Amino acid sequence: MLILECPFCGIMADETELAPGGEAHVRRVGPEGSDEAFEAYLFMRRNPCGVHFELWRHAHGCGRWFIAARNTLTLEVYGTYPAQTDRPPAAIVRAIRRRVPGWEWQP
Amino acid sequence: MGPAEEGRQKAGGNVANFRSSAASSLGKRGAALHVSSVIVILSGAARVSRPPCRSVVEAMKRYSALAIAREAARYHRGWERAWASPEPKGDYEIVIVGAGGHGLATAYYLGRNFGITDVAVLEKGWLGGGNTGRNTTIIRSNYLQDPSAAIYEKARALYETMSRDLNFNVMFSPRGVMMLAQTEHERRGYLRTVHANALQGVKTEFITPERVKELVPIIRIEGPRYPVLGALWQPRGGTARHDAVAWGYARACSAMGMHIIQNCEVTGIVSEGGRVSGVETVRGRIGCRKLAIVVAGHSGRLAEMAGFRLPIESVALQALVSEPVRPVLDVVVMANTVHGYISQSDKGELVIGGGTDGFNNYTQRGSFHHVEETVRALVETFPIISRLRMMRQWGGIVDMTGDRSPIISKTPLEGCFINCGWGTGGFKAIPGSGWAMAELVARGTPGPLAAPFGLERFREGRFIDESVAAGVAH
Repeated sequence: MLILECPFCGIMADETELAPGGEAHVRRVGPEGSDEAFEAYLFMRRNPCGVHFELWRHAHGCGRWFIAARNTLTLEVYGTYPAQTDRPPAAIVRAIRRRVPGWEWQP
Repeated sequence: MGPAEEGRQKAGGNVANFRSSAASSLGKRGAALHVSSVIVILSGAARVSRPPCRSVVEAMKRYSALAIAREAARYHRGWERAWASPEPKGDYEIVIVGAGGHGLATAYYLGRNFGITDVAVLEKGWLGGGNTGRNTTIIRSNYLQDPSAAIYEKARALYETMSRDLNFNVMFSPRGVMMLAQTEHERRGYLRTVHANALQGVKTEFITPERVKELVPIIRIEGPRYPVLGALWQPRGGTARHDAVAWGYARACSAMGMHIIQNCEVTGIVSEGGRVSGVETVRGRIGCRKLAIVVAGHSGRLAEMAGFRLPIESVALQALVSEPVRPVLDVVVMANTVHGYISQSDKGELVIGGGTDGFNNYTQRGSFHHVEETVRALVETFPIISRLRMMRQWGGIVDMTGDRSPIISKTPLEGCFINCGWGTGGFKAIPGSGWAMAELVARGTPGPLAAPFGLERFREGRFIDESVAAGVAH
């Protein structure tokens, strides 16, 4: 059972309280985008075996979106932060590097 | 297949399955044509009339009633290993990554349909130890879209004769698959599917709640939350022994001289000038002219090694089995609204499948609340199971695509092909998938079964949308 802390209301929310929203930090492609870019935006996913950033909504709580930094291989949670963030905060990156030495954020 | 033979298969199939197919390969072929004539036309009759690779028939020590009697007389000391475990050669014409059902079926049809036997199947764990050994073994072909119906019906038809084709009892049991309509929306959806199936030549019908109760006496059709409004019924759907499918293919491949190499994880893909030339493995580099990636939940990792991305997300799907009980259920029942699928195994265990998790996962462990939801819904539908103890529960990593249809395709890397995206329902497709993938790998261009399932469909917006018809339930 996944338990994530909602960064807005501070509650340790059980998975049943949350709604998953898929990969985070996916850049929306505008009207000027190529077919390839649009395809990548809509369908192509990193689907990493390891460090992963994922959107969640505190559906049965405050209702707001946040991002969870998790590991898909160990099910560790490194931390959560508001969805209105365009890259993982420094504290999250440090938490990840403590467990996965040398890990680099790739936009 | 005549009614008498059908009866035998339903009763366990051992007698029919152990009959020698060496002497009657022509007769067997006739039977295959008879049961699947519609699909044979769809997928090209020429392929079916081609003789099997002779070595399949000759090199394998055949299983038969006579062999059992002979071995019984000498305390069963004469049985041989079903497949060899050779050391890898330096290179092969074709390397297949993944010795699950789909990978082994690909290898088998490369040999049988195209006479290519310089093939290695690499497996990081043990043979059939991934999703092939973890599913709920449901076989059906009642899909909405034409490309899906064609490939799943091809697979179902191949399952009908698989035990004889492989000389290995895969215990195919066409006991009938029933998909319950428990909302008005679902009822209309299934009526549409029945009409589509009629046009596709897939035999299905929409049955009334009374008929559902007749076929499944333990069901409660009146609700309370989700009354049964009818069901989509495929009488020739059913189940098979999942491990036996992998073992049967492995044995046939090994007999053709192919190498099945277990405990051989692929750690890198080697290419020269945009063309694949081999793979790095934990047992050294293995060269190949063509590479087929057939690794389900780990497709994304292999694609990363090959330098491209896939429209795939890996999530956990769970199943569980109860303690064995006396026969209570002789069809497969799928309740898609509440994500519960149930059938009874030959040992008497109730085999139960649930829904997928909503988040990416590579751990083969799912969330408990999905099991809870599934069991809650099934107890409501089948009140007599409420006191059953559950014996085992497990998870597998399934590869979900955006349109819930598979990918059988060339890739941006020349000579590298991929077969993935079967998501929650790959087991039923194993023979059809292998058939289509073998054709793609052997010829370099997809045949009629594989053509609609190319990777480019996502860019082109040409989806094979099975989300409505199949949902998570496969």
